[in-house]
Amino acid sequence: MSRPRIIASAAITALIGGAIAAFAVIWRPAIEAVEPPAPQSFEPALIKRGRDLAAIGNCSDCHTAGGGKSFAGGLPVPTQFGTVYSSNITPDPNTGIGRWSEAAFRRAMRSGVDRAGHHLYPTFPYDHFTNVTNEDDRALYAFLMTRPAIHAPALANNLAFPLDQRFVVAGWKLLFLKAQTYRPDNTQSAEWNRGAYLVEGLAHCGACHTPRNALGAEKPSASFSGGDVDNWQAYAINAQSPSPLPWTTDALFHYLRQGWDGDHGVARGPMAEVTANLSMVPENDVRAIALYMGSVFGPPTQDRLNEASATRAQIKLSPVEPTQAGIPGGSIYQAACATCHESDRPLPYSGINLRLSTALSAPDPRNATNILLSGIRPVGGERSPIMPGFANSMTDDQISALLNYLRGRFSNQPAWTGVEQTVRDARRSETVLLQTPPGSSMQRDKP
Amino acid sequence: MMTLKVNGHDHQIDADPDTPLLYVLRDELKLNAAKFGCGLGQCGACTVIVDGKAVLSCVTPLLLLNGKQVTTLEGLGTIETPAPIQRAFMEEQAAQCGYCIAGMMMRAQALLQRNPKPTDEQIRAELEPNLCRCGTHMRILRAVHRAARLMDTAELTPAVEGGAQ
Repeated sequence: MSRPRIIASAAITALIGGAIAAFAVIWRPAIEAVEPPAPQSFEPALIKRGRDLAAIGNCSDCHTAGGGKSFAGGLPVPTQFGTVYSSNITPDPNTGIGRWSEAAFRRAMRSGVDRAGHHLYPTFPYDHFTNVTNEDDRALYAFLMTRPAIHAPALANNLAFPLDQRFVVAGWKLLFLKAQTYRPDNTQSAEWNRGAYLVEGLAHCGACHTPRNALGAEKPSASFSGGDVDNWQAYAINAQSPSPLPWTTDALFHYLRQGWDGDHGVARGPMAEVTANLSMVPENDVRAIALYMGSVFGPPTQDRLNEASATRAQIKLSPVEPTQAGIPGGSIYQAACATCHESDRPLPYSGINLRLSTALSAPDPRNATNILLSGIRPVGGERSPIMPGFANSMTDDQISALLNYLRGRFSNQPAWTGVEQTVRDARRSETVLLQTPPGSSMQRDKP
Repeated sequence: MMTLKVNGHDHQIDADPDTPLLYVLRDELKLNAAKFGCGLGQCGACTVIVDGKAVLSCVTPLLLLNGKQVTTLEGLGTIETPAPIQRAFMEEQAAQCGYCIAGMMMRAQALLQRNPKPTDEQIRAELEPNLCRCGTHMRILRAVHRAARLMDTAELTPAVEGGAQ
């Protein structure tokens, strides 16, 4: 053969080989549709376990649109690449997962592929769910397949080309999906390992609390060092935590179980749903999560402990400390905030002493701004902490002045930069905080 | 001394800038529709409209109100010519003890100025910050719908300062 011919045939071979390799990476077979299994075919104990696991996995949060039916999907999830809508995971045969076998469900959890063989976007956190055991997947399947079937067709995602092509996700998985990486650590207790299994797997804490790279994957080198979600900052939950007092295992347990802790305040924003769900799962699982996360935070340094005792000492003085009236923001604080935040009433039905506020000690003012504008909405049908929002009564300048004052008076951190811009952005995205734009639930029900 | 615009009139107010608007309305101006409920912005009985938006007057100090238009229930209508929102609440007999009703009407008014045909769901979401201990919620819901219809027909509607923009 002549030299050009050799090159040509080598090129063709490489192309064919590449095509076969690409096909192998991208193509996933459909798993045969089944008749929706009868609810009676599942053991009640298995369904109950699935319910607890679904709560730990916080499934309802993404898979239920505001005001929509449970698990029927349709929640817009904003990402750096565009908006992805959550899917209907009720057993509706046509628009939900009614025709999925348990094997199809397990494959979706493990490798992010739907029953028909399409790649799912990693907004569905299968990079964590891949660690869920077969047994737990079975219980989750039993729970979901016994929910009321809701007819709710999928909403079209809003992603630009080429990301709207699902095969692209196969490449992402090649780079970032490490199948079943979780391994128990034999040097640790069974309870610690239970916590690790839940946190790294089903509870997918890192999905919000670990920063993501340019391709939207969690940075393994920066585990739990803080991320962004829905215009909120998910705080660092490791040694870099901005919390004024260090987290302890007991405080973590109380916070995760009750939705608030006296040293740290009230769960709000996207975390409120997480703690609401954890309030109704077996207590041992929450204890295990707290134990494991306690070790992720690690023991506080001496510096941290010194700062903490200084903060506690200041709190005792706080109610009699004079407010600097006349300072921009100071008078607003005194008139609008102090009645609750200096009331000396115990949490959760009063405002936290702001020296303990993580939001005010956080690296940026996003969360404090969101809370100032929108307040803390009550949880439907339950006793819960509330705070009025001030979006209607304060201008952007007044909110900014208040934030700067609060930061200066109640945290030991340097002044924030870009407060004015943050306030403008937060005001624009205020509707996003309410999760579902008006009318979207009606749109969802259209045939 | 500051100028406070309430229901279209300028008032000269001599009070600390951090005085809550509610105290000024009730104690200085004798406008008693807005009620003191909790004083913490948690019950909604003190709701008034500021520049077209529902605001909790018990946690709104005077210093936030420079140049703004405050509207209270007294500014919507009178006993002789009640505003549509007031007529609707009377016709639906939406008040039981009545303590929350002024706040309910003001928040509903702000909603209707922004959205003349709200759905049940939107009314519930909007009125969520306002509490009613008597349990007349279903009548309140009906009254808001009725007010929307009244406003939609050519009924006489008094102008609201700082209203729909």
